[in-house]
Amino acid sequence: MLELRSVTAGYDRRDPVVRDVHLTVAPGEAVGLLGPSGCGKSTLARVAALLHRPDRGQVVIDGEVARGWRHRAPRAQRTAFGVVFQQPRLSADPRLTLTQLIAEPLRATGRAAEVPGRVADLARTVGLGDDLLARRPHEVSDGQLQRACLARALVLDPRWLICDEMTAMLDASTTAALVAAVEGYRARTGAGLLAVGHDKVLLERWCDRTVHWDELSGDAAADRTT
Amino acid sequence: MTAPAPAPAPVLSVQGLSVRFRMRGGAYVSAVTDARFDLAAGECLALVGESGCGKSVLASALLGLLPANAETAGSALLGDLDLLTADERTLARTVRGRRVGLVPQSPAAHLTPVRTVRSQLEETLRELTGVRRPELREAAEAAADRASFPRGHLDRHPHELSGGLAQRAATALALVGDAPLLLADEPTTGLDRELVDRTVDELRRHVGDDRALLLITHDLAAARRVADRVAVMYASRIVEIADAESFFGDPGPRHPYARGLLNALPEREFTPIPGMPPELSALPDGCAFAPRCVRADEACTALPVLAGGGGGAGRDGAGRDGAGPDGAGRDGAGPDGAGDRGVEDRRVDDGRVESQGVACHHPHTHPRTVALEAPRA
Ligand code: SF4
Repeated sequence: MLELRSVTAGYDRRDPVVRDVHLTVAPGEAVGLLGPSGCGKSTLARVAALLHRPDRGQVVIDGEVARGWRHRAPRAQRTAFGVVFQQPRLSADPRLTLTQLIAEPLRATGRAAEVPGRVADLARTVGLGDDLLARRPHEVSDGQLQRACLARALVLDPRWLICDEMTAMLDASTTAALVAAVEGYRARTGAGLLAVGHDKVLLERWCDRTVHWDELSGDAAADRTT
Repeated sequence: MTAPAPAPAPVLSVQGLSVRFRMRGGAYVSAVTDARFDLAAGECLALVGESGCGKSVLASALLGLLPANAETAGSALLGDLDLLTADERTLARTVRGRRVGLVPQSPAAHLTPVRTVRSQLEETLRELTGVRRPELREAAEAAADRASFPRGHLDRHPHELSGGLAQRAATALALVGDAPLLLADEPTTGLDRELVDRTVDELRRHVGDDRALLLITHDLAAARRVADRVAVMYASRIVEIADAESFFGDPGPRHPYARGLLNALPEREFTPIPGMPPELSALPDGCAFAPRCVRADEACTALPVLAGGGGGAGRDGAGRDGAGPDGAGRDGAGPDGAGDRGVEDRRVDDGRVESQGVACHHPHTHPRTVALEAPRA
């Protein structure tokens, strides 16, 4: 279970963009969080992935309260999450080849020996050919780079996936391919998903249930099932 | 070559437009290959395709904004000016802003960050229309009104605007010169659906009866909302040009790639087209879609030619006239083949042939066409 309890967060304590939000994702469940851009849903996604420290409230991961954020999060909690953002170019080091990019989390956790096997596996999962793996971000399209970012998010076998507008910049076919890759991974591993976005049709098709941002904040309280 | 001159003349006529980039080591990347279409006044043509298919390069070519290593062929006539051969001075002084208004992909990057929207509008007005103080202030407010940009926000800097308002500011700037051609390059990327709808509706409204809009987008719902015709680009080529209504509705697209693209939508089958597009630096001789196409057979090792789709409304046969010999010269596919296809199209699809161009050896209509749910407002 991934639980966000009374989370208040933002960039200015006097004016938080996330106010007293409750949200629960059951194991293996796919929850779509819908909201307009700028509403704070991306901030909430970052809190859920332990990338942004909330001002108040708790994140509880499989019964354990989150004890730190970003690099201060205990490794076991940090690596429970795979995260994919909207803009692959902002989250990919331009100096790395796609292979190195996908392998980053393995190296960072002392598992470099697994790189060849894991990268080959994941490249297949996300539909990247060998010729592309040797390239650097500027030599591939947005869609190809986003495939690599998804592979990177899956490389440590996370129990929870957080996808923040993962497909907002992509064409219909690449969108369907990336969602299929996520769903294939989830079917295999039972991972849960929080998909944040503004495309209602997409999230309703993709997820088990969707919640609207307005239902989460403040008094509207508890996570309503739709 | 004897087709009667259609009236009225198109705003933009693109014929055999190709762009390739010379890379280090002498290799070439073909970004646009033999594009041909006409755009009439009052018409909106949506150019759709995935990122990297060449559609943005086509836009840059029309604006004379290609990098130095680009080589072009063909023509893009705006009235009697060929945009491909016009010199930079002509483009800067008489074309950009005046005859072609650009609605940019990233308004935040297009607006000057250190100046208010008002001062940018005033400067553009001064440049393009010659309005001077004291009329300038009112003209800027009127220009803002046209794009529904609130007057109360005119004294803000771009970073103080929401994405939607920044887009409107950019649109207001694009409209100042009253250009007959509006070119919108992915104007809705990253915007919410509601804002997407509003942005494209506004663009459509500005087109009215006497301008033309070329909308370049990967957003099929946006294209459906405002386009009269749809051109689908794949691996540098336009593979289908169709009437928007029949493309999105019944009978649906005829090119297998276009069908795959629509079927990938979450409101349809949500299944991706297998594989990925080929590299533009290593395009095959035959149909570039063949490795991903379920219908591919031996015929597809020869390049299919877009049949009858070059022209807009009222251009009967002229497109094929051009397509035959040119296609033959390039790739060896006979002019007869192209002609036959056109004739076949006419029989199958009486009356719609000039808007039903498709470059495929087996252009069958999908038996089951699921309509998009979003209604055309
Ligand atoms: S020409 Fe052949 S390979 Fe290409 S789209 Fe048509 S059927 Fe498929």
